[in-house]
Order: sequence, then C-alpha cells, then structure tokens
Amino acid sequence: MALILNDEAQMVRETALSFFRERSPITALRKLRDDNDPVGFSRDLWREMAELGWTGFLVDEDDGGSAFGMTGLAQVMEAAGRTLTASPLMSTALLGGSLLSLAGTDDQKAEYLPPLLAGEHIMALALDEGARHAPNQIATMAERDGSGYRLNGEKTFVLDGHIADTLIVAARTDAGPALFLVPGEAADRTRLTMVDSRNAARIRLDNVAVGPEAMLRRGPALDLALDRARAGLAAEMLGSAQEAFDRTIQYLKDRKQFGVVIGSFQSLKHRAAHMFCEVEITRSAVIAAASALDSGANDAAALVSLAKAKANETLFLCGNEGVQMHGGIGMTDEHEIGFFMKRSRVAQATFGDTRFCRDRYAGLMGY
Amino acid sequence: MSNFRAETRAWLEENCPSAMRTFMPENEQVAGGKQAQYVRPEQKIWLDRMAAKGWTAPTWPKQYGGGGLTNEQALILEEEMQDLGCRIPLRGMGLSMLGPVLLEYGTEEQRQTHIPPIVRGEIRWCQGYSEPEAGSDLASLRTRAVLQGEHFLVNGHKIWTSNAHVSDWIFCLVRTDPAARKHEGISFLLIDMADPGVRPRPIRLISGASVFCETFIENVRVPASHLVGPLNKGWTIAKRLLEHERKGIGGIAARNAAKFEIPLEAVAKRFAGEQDGKIADPVLRDRVAAYSMDAHAFQLTRRRAAEEAEAGAPPGPLSAMFKLQGTELNKRRYEMLLEAEGFQGLGWEGEGFTSDELRFTREWLRSKANSIEGGTSEVQLNIIAKRVLGLPD
Repeated sequence: MALILNDEAQMVRETALSFFRERSPITALRKLRDDNDPVGFSRDLWREMAELGWTGFLVDEDDGGSAFGMTGLAQVMEAAGRTLTASPLMSTALLGGSLLSLAGTDDQKAEYLPPLLAGEHIMALALDEGARHAPNQIATMAERDGSGYRLNGEKTFVLDGHIADTLIVAARTDAGPALFLVPGEAADRTRLTMVDSRNAARIRLDNVAVGPEAMLRRGPALDLALDRARAGLAAEMLGSAQEAFDRTIQYLKDRKQFGVVIGSFQSLKHRAAHMFCEVEITRSAVIAAASALDSGANDAAALVSLAKAKANETLFLCGNEGVQMHGGIGMTDEHEIGFFMKRSRVAQATFGDTRFCRDRYAGLMGY
Repeated sequence: MSNFRAETRAWLEENCPSAMRTFMPENEQVAGGKQAQYVRPEQKIWLDRMAAKGWTAPTWPKQYGGGGLTNEQALILEEEMQDLGCRIPLRGMGLSMLGPVLLEYGTEEQRQTHIPPIVRGEIRWCQGYSEPEAGSDLASLRTRAVLQGEHFLVNGHKIWTSNAHVSDWIFCLVRTDPAARKHEGISFLLIDMADPGVRPRPIRLISGASVFCETFIENVRVPASHLVGPLNKGWTIAKRLLEHERKGIGGIAARNAAKFEIPLEAVAKRFAGEQDGKIADPVLRDRVAAYSMDAHAFQLTRRRAAEEAEAGAPPGPLSAMFKLQGTELNKRRYEMLLEAEGFQGLGWEGEGFTSDELRFTREWLRSKANSIEGGTSEVQLNIIAKRVLGLPD
C-alpha cells in the first residue's frame, strides 16, 4: 500500500484541480440553487467529465472503462470537493459504474455501460429507507411474479434519484437481498431540497414490475461498491475541508481588528494549527483507503471506515471553525464559507456517519 | 531489499538472546554510560552485539561506528525487530539528540571523540536546556559561560535535566554574550560531568519516579574545543536538536504498538465484559474505537511522511505535527486505559493490583510530561501556526 501518489495519479490530480477551478467554481452551485435548476447539476459539465475518462475509472477495460482505480478517482473527488461541485460522480461513476462492472450481466453491461461512460445515462442507488444509513435494514420487497419480480417499497436520500435514468434498487427476495435495475420513470419520485443544495430524492415503488433481466448478479458487489463510495466521499470531503481551511487561514491573515490581523491572536492560531493537523491526518487515511481498495487489501474495509470517520470529523471541524472565524460575514449567504458547513452535515450522514464508521471499524478489528 | 530483510532477520534470530525478546519493563531499559547497571547479563550481550554492527545507530555513518544503513533499510531493521519482539538495545539522548547534531554541526574531532562511545553505549548524555526561569521561553536562559583564553568558565542552574544523576556528560545551552538579543548570545557547549562543580540533584515526580533532576553548575572550566558550532550561534543548533527530540517523543505512540504492549481493546474487554466478541459497554466501545482510529490515522501519517522523505521530498510540514499529535495520543491512551480499568487502574503500589495495573497507573502519570517536555503542545501549536501556516506574531 503506497501512501504517496504515482505520476499518473498526480497527473489526474492536477488535471482535475484546474478543471473544477475553471469550469465549476462555487458560483456554479449557487446558480443551480438560485435557479432552482430542475436537474441539479450541469449536464454539459458532466459530459466533459466523461470525456476526461472519469466515468470509466472503476469500469474494467473489457467493458470500455480504464480500470484506473480508486486512487485516481479519489483525486477527482477531492478536486470536486474543493469547489463543492454538484455532479453525478458519486451516483453514476462511483456507484453505478462499480455495480454494473462488478455485478452486471453481459447484457446489462452492453446496454447501460456505453451511455454511462459517455455521460449520457445517470444512475442512482436506491438503498436507504430510514433516517440513517443502514445498508442491512431493507424492507423493500421484490416478489416473484411469473419470470420477473414485482417491487414494493420506499427509499429515501437517493442521490440524483429524481433525474436518474435508471435506479439500482436494493430489495429483499425469497432468496436473499438483491439489486434491480429499474427505469427511473417507473418510480414515484419526490425531489428533496437539501441544505447543501445537492441532489437527493424520495422514491416510492408501487407494484413496479421488472423482468428477470433486471436483476444484477447476486454477491458481495454492494459492499464493495459502498466502500468505494465511502472512500470517494471521504476524498471529496477532504477536498472541501482543505478548501474551507485554506480560505479561513487566508481570512485570518487579511482581517484586521484592534489594529492587527486577527491571525496574530493565539486563540485563533492554536485552533488553526489544530485544523491543519486534522486535515493532514485525514489525508493519510483517505490515501490509505483508496490504495487498499485498489490492491484488494484485507484491511480495506477498516481503512475505508477510518477514512470516512476522519473525513466526517474534519470537514465538520473546518466547516464550523470556518464560519466562526469569519465572524459575521460568515453568517451571510453572500459569502461562500457557509456552503462548506452545510455540505459537511449532509456528507457526514451519507453512507455512514461517524458512529456507523466506528461501530464498523471496531467490529472489523475484533472488538 | 528483500535480501537485506532476510539477512537482517537471520542475524537477529541468531544474535538476539531470547531474554531480549520479551516485554521490556521500565527498569530494564538500557541507556548505557559509566554508571550503567544491568538487571540481566543478556542486556549487555545484546547491546554489544548490536553496537558492533552499528545497529544501535542504524543510519549513522560507518566511519563513526554507525550502521551506515539507508532510511529504508533502517525501517526494515525496525520492522523485523518489532516482528521478532527484539528489545531496543540502547536508548538515550546521545543517540536521539546529540549524535545527529554532532554529525551536522560538530568538528571532525568532536565527531571522532564523541560519536563512537554513544553508539557503543559507553557514555551517557543528558540535556542542559531548561532553567528555572527559562521553560517554554527557552531563549531567556541565563547560565553564563565566559571565554577565558582556552577555557569557558561556566556558572548556572539547569532543570529537567533528565537522568543527569546517572549521566556522564551534559550538552548545555549557555549564554556567551549577555549584551546581544536573547537568541543571538547563546552557545552550545559539551560539559564533562566528572567535574565536581557539576552537581545533579534528582527531583521526585508525580509518578513517584525521579528521572528528572536539577543540575547546578558552579565555576566549571570547559575547554574551548567543546564548543559546538560558532560562538553565539548556538540557537540554530538548539532548535535542530529540539527537532530530533520532538521526533523521539512523538514516536512514543509508535513504540507502544510494539509486540508486547497490551492492546487497549483487550483491557476494555477484560474489565467491561465481552458480548458477541464486542466490548460489552457500547459507550466505552465507541470511545475505544475513536481513540484507536485516531492512533491508526496518525500512524498512517507517519508512514506517509516517511514515504515522502524516501521519495526525496524535503522535510515537509507534516513533521511539525508529530510531537504534538504523538504525545497527545499517548496521554489519551493512558486515560482510556485507566477509564477501562475502573478501580483497578487507581492503585499506587502493593497488593490488590496486578503489576500491569500498577504499571499503567505510573505510566499514566509519566505520560503527562510528554506534552510538556521538548516544547509543550502549546509551543508546538505556535510553531505550526507560524512556520507552516505563516500566521503573524
């Protein structure tokens, strides 16, 4: 497991950093929010991201991807996190691409992967049903109906669910849990307006009939895909934390009160230094998790739990301290620092809050 | 590299006495010196074998008795020693602090004279830095050294001179120009403690131990050749030595992960009970996990820094945080151990407690010094704020 980037990953990182800085600054997210944009991200931007190959990083070469891996995709996620870019990276590249690549039949891959890779097909994982991430507590049922299935249930916090072309629905069957590919319009969808201005939806499946060809191959694919999602989200959160931190440090150097810059006050210096440490420690955990997933290491799940837990804590810290240290201006909608704090709460809850991650880590470590 | 690993392992297996592959209690740590006392003969055998290979100081140049290993080889040696449970054969301020500074700033004569005895554990060094009126504000130190021909005449009062009462030499910060600004009149001087004018007095600490001393220096004549670096330019050397010291203290958490350390989660299971393989108390379990995850992420950060250094990156901002994080984590570990042990973590001595329980109590108290010695946590935060983040004074 390497904790430093190789040249290829470094190149992806630099490309991604300048791409998001130029093409998708935080003003883009603000505009989506203020326009009440029906899609919630820019489809043009997403096609450009697909052209850069990012949709195929987790897809095998035989299936048209590059299999470049999580370390590479984590660089993209981190860069996207710096500008709080709204995009289907999580729903479609991380989860959709992974699940199809890991558990798709040849027919499913042939049908869905080419448009997904081209940025023309949005997917969304319909998994959680309660107020917290709980991947093993699924009530949605898929009952046998002739050769196919009939799906009933309700899903919440489905990222990009309201505009997904295809939903990947987790449901119980008489033979255990399974994943089904369901056309988006077959579900009853309610868009949720989230505090971070990012996409999520509530989904109701009311006797939705699907054929036998809609079911993904059974197996451990969901666990692995979720760990990729957690590692990717941790990378995105690291980018957001780093950006909130950098902006706050700059503000401490610019803002004057009592005739001096406020960054000369020891009470703020110590908290700034503490944030620095937390960001760096989180960075190590994020790199380790991505690297362990790429090499299929035994401790990958523990490292992913570690990375997500640290990212949860650190983005929470940098978001909150960012607002506090910016003072009154940090409370205004016009200033961008508040966006980071809002994002921190939503990202924490996504795919495992800190309590979830600690419980999982302890279990994996044998206590 | 795999050759080196195999050879190293074979050598360790053949040369490390089995008694030296056991848990090392505090009183069996070997620091060498003329007053060294060995509880078991294997301690000295192990020290001599390792010293003969230069592996007490694995990365120091061979010409001064060191091992001449690359950082990567030294890491392999450390990993193999940990894996076999080999004790660290020699510890001390000569190895962790003075040696690296002499290699960088010493004259050839000073290196030839002082480094080989450090590697062999023949001379034990202590540190004359703090003074009663110069703690965190170290540069306000007042111990005076006046150059008189070929000698300095030294007078002063040092404190927190760890193990001074069992040391042979002391490296001191002394004021050589009282008229200059406080950072600019300081020099770095090596003093032989055989001089009767150097009088160490042990100080009893909250842990009951007396590893710290105060040391009085009265009319001691020190040859001018014992000055390290230029006159009045000792502060640069002093800071560099502190970097080495902080690296050592910050590494405490790493050493505790060694083979014989009792894992926190095992202690928690023993005292709080176990249910389905889990620590039965869910609140304690969450707190144990929170600590263990922070410690894990810190270890990954140390590894990342090592990999960055190996790849040729200059010592980056990461090193600034190691002392701070390492010591705070070590303190937290002992707080968690005592929390898990309940009443059994509160014994001072005597019956009713196991030796591990009593040891943890004493180590808990000792750990409190970690975030004070070598620059307090608050000083480390100041350093990060200034040097890494560029926040103004």
